[in-house]
Amino acid sequence: MTTIHTPGGPHKHPDEEARYQEAEPGLIAETSEGAQEMGPRSSTKSEELTKEFGAALRLPEGIELDPGDINIETSEDQTMIINMGPQHPSTHGVLRIMMELEGETVLRTKPVIGYLHTGMEKTAEGLTYLQGSTNVTRMDYLSPLHNELVFSLATEALLGLEIPDRATWIRMLMVELNRMSSHLMWMATNGMDLGSTSMMIYGFREREMILSFFEKVTGLRMNHNYIRPGGVAADLPDGWEDDVLAIVENVPQRLKEYDQVLTGQPIFRARVDGVGIITQEQAIALSTTGPVLRSTGVPWDLRKDIPYLAYDQVDFDVVVGSVGDTFDRYAVRFNEILESNRIVAQIIDMMPKGDYKVASKKVTPPPRKRIDESMEALIHHFKIYTEGYKVPEGEVYVSIESPRGELGCYIVSDGTARPYRMHIRGPSFVNLQSLPTMLHGGFIADAVAVISSVDPVMGEVDR
Amino acid sequence: MSDLDSTFVERENYFQTVAGLREDGYNLLSDLCAVDYLDHIDRALPEGVARERFEVVVSLTSISLKKKLRLRVLVPESDPEVESLFPLYPGAEAMEREAYDLLGIRFRGHPDPTRILLPQDWEGHPLRKDYSVGRIPVQFKEVKRTR
Repeated sequence: MTTIHTPGGPHKHPDEEARYQEAEPGLIAETSEGAQEMGPRSSTKSEELTKEFGAALRLPEGIELDPGDINIETSEDQTMIINMGPQHPSTHGVLRIMMELEGETVLRTKPVIGYLHTGMEKTAEGLTYLQGSTNVTRMDYLSPLHNELVFSLATEALLGLEIPDRATWIRMLMVELNRMSSHLMWMATNGMDLGSTSMMIYGFREREMILSFFEKVTGLRMNHNYIRPGGVAADLPDGWEDDVLAIVENVPQRLKEYDQVLTGQPIFRARVDGVGIITQEQAIALSTTGPVLRSTGVPWDLRKDIPYLAYDQVDFDVVVGSVGDTFDRYAVRFNEILESNRIVAQIIDMMPKGDYKVASKKVTPPPRKRIDESMEALIHHFKIYTEGYKVPEGEVYVSIESPRGELGCYIVSDGTARPYRMHIRGPSFVNLQSLPTMLHGGFIADAVAVISSVDPVMGEVDR
Repeated sequence: MSDLDSTFVERENYFQTVAGLREDGYNLLSDLCAVDYLDHIDRALPEGVARERFEVVVSLTSISLKKKLRLRVLVPESDPEVESLFPLYPGAEAMEREAYDLLGIRFRGHPDPTRILLPQDWEGHPLRKDYSVGRIPVQFKEVKRTR
C-alpha cells in the first residue's frame, strides 16, 4: 500500500443531503466512500461511536454517551485506524473492514460494503417472474437454490398456486443438499483462514460430490435456475437415489476426518475457543439469524418454527451452541451438515410420485413434445417466454432458512408480468453488523477467524 | 396471519407502535425496506390511510410466539422522513442505511446516515421510479442531404 490513507475525512452528519466534500488534497485515497468510512473519534457521533465499539444493547433511558466518556483507557493518539480489505484474502470477497487498534487489540470496527453492488433489485423490476429466478440465483452464489426457492415461494403466494407434492420434495432435497455444500465450502475456507490447508482440500472434495449431483439434475454447478415459480425446471434423473445415497453415506464418514483435523486439534481450538463472543441479547438486538444466532443458544430455525415446504414432515434437530464464540459457530455448522444429511436420507424414502411442476397453463410452458404437434402449444410457449404471466396485485414477504440465516423476499406486484418492487433480505448483509460486537476487545489476528465465522457472502451483502 | 397480510401505521405513531410490539414479544427485526409507489399513487388502500408516494415496510418476528408481522408506513414525497428504529433494534442500522441509499428515505435519529451500497458522491436514489436507468442515449446526428 503506497497511498497514505486518511480515513473518514470531514464528517458532515447533520445534513444527510450534503455531499461529501473534498478532503485535504493529496491525502485522500482514490475512493469516494467518504463518511462511510470510519473517522477519528472527535468527528464521530456518539451513537455511531458506541455502535463501532460494539455496544449493541440499548442504553438505559435518558443516558447520553459522549465521545470522551467511552470507557476506553487509551486516548486516541495511542491508537491507529487500519484498513483491511476490500482485497484481503480472508474477507471472502470484497468486504472492507476498518478497525481502530490499540497495539494489537481491536477497539472499534466498521464494515464498509458496496464494492459488489450491481443493482440487482433494480434489475429484478425489469425481468418477468419467469426470468426473475435467474437474477436472484446470482445473489448468494454459495446457496443459489435457496434464493430461487424464496423468490418462487413469494411469487406462488401472490399467484395463490398450490404446487405438487413431488415438486415440494424435490425442492427440499435440493435445498438441503445445497445447505450441505454451502457449509462444506465454509468449513473449507474457514480451515484455510486458520491455516489448515488440508481442510481446504477436504471441504472442496466433498462439495464436489454434491455439485456433480447438481450438475446432473440442473445442468449447472452454480446459478441453476432450477427452482422456478410453479415447481422445478426438470424431474430428477433416473437413478438419482443412488447418487444421493452415495452422498448420504460418504459425508458422515468424511466429517469424522474433519473432527480429527479440526475439532480435536489444539492449534485450531486455541484460535477459536472464546474468540469473538456475542451474547443472546446482543445477537437478537442486532437482528442476526442463522448459525450466528443459534450459536448463542437461541433455538431459532425457520424450518422448525415457521415451517415451509414439508419440513414439518421430516425429523431433524435444531443445533444450538452455548457461548456464542467462534468455536460454537463452527460446531453449529458442522452439526447442521449432519442434520441436513439426516433430512436428505429421509427424503430418499419419502419422495412422492407425480408431477414436478404445477399443471396450471398460466405459469407452466407446454412440454417440448406438444410444441411439435400443436400450433397452439407453440403460441402458448412463445407467449409465456416473451410476455410472461400476470401476477395479481398485492405484496408479500416470504422468509426461509438459508445456510446463513433468514433469507427473505418482499415482492410488490402491480398486476403486470414484472415485479413492481422486489427486495431481498440477505442474511449476510444483516449478520455483518455483529462484527463490531464480536471483534471488540479481541486481537487483530483473531479478526480473520471471526469474520470467517460470520460466513458473509458478498454477492448477497451488496446485491 | 399469512404472508400476504400487513398492517398500516401512521407515521406519527410508527415508532410508538413498534416500541409497543417490541414489548409484546416481537424482539427480532427481520426486515426493513422501502417502496416507491410513484406509478400507483392511486392504489387501493384501506379507508383512512392517506395516499403517499413512499412506503416503509417493516417485518418483525417474535421468537417466543413464533410469529411474523408486517407494518407499512406511508411517507410523503415532500418530507421523506420517518423515525429511526435504531434505539429499539440496533440491527436496523444497515437496513435503514440501505433504504436511504436506494430510495432516499431519511431516518430521524439514525447514528450514521450515510450511503451504504453506493459511493458517497452518487447522485440520486436508484430504486426510485423516476431514476433513469442505464441506457446510453444514442446521439443521432443530422445527416446533410446530398440530393
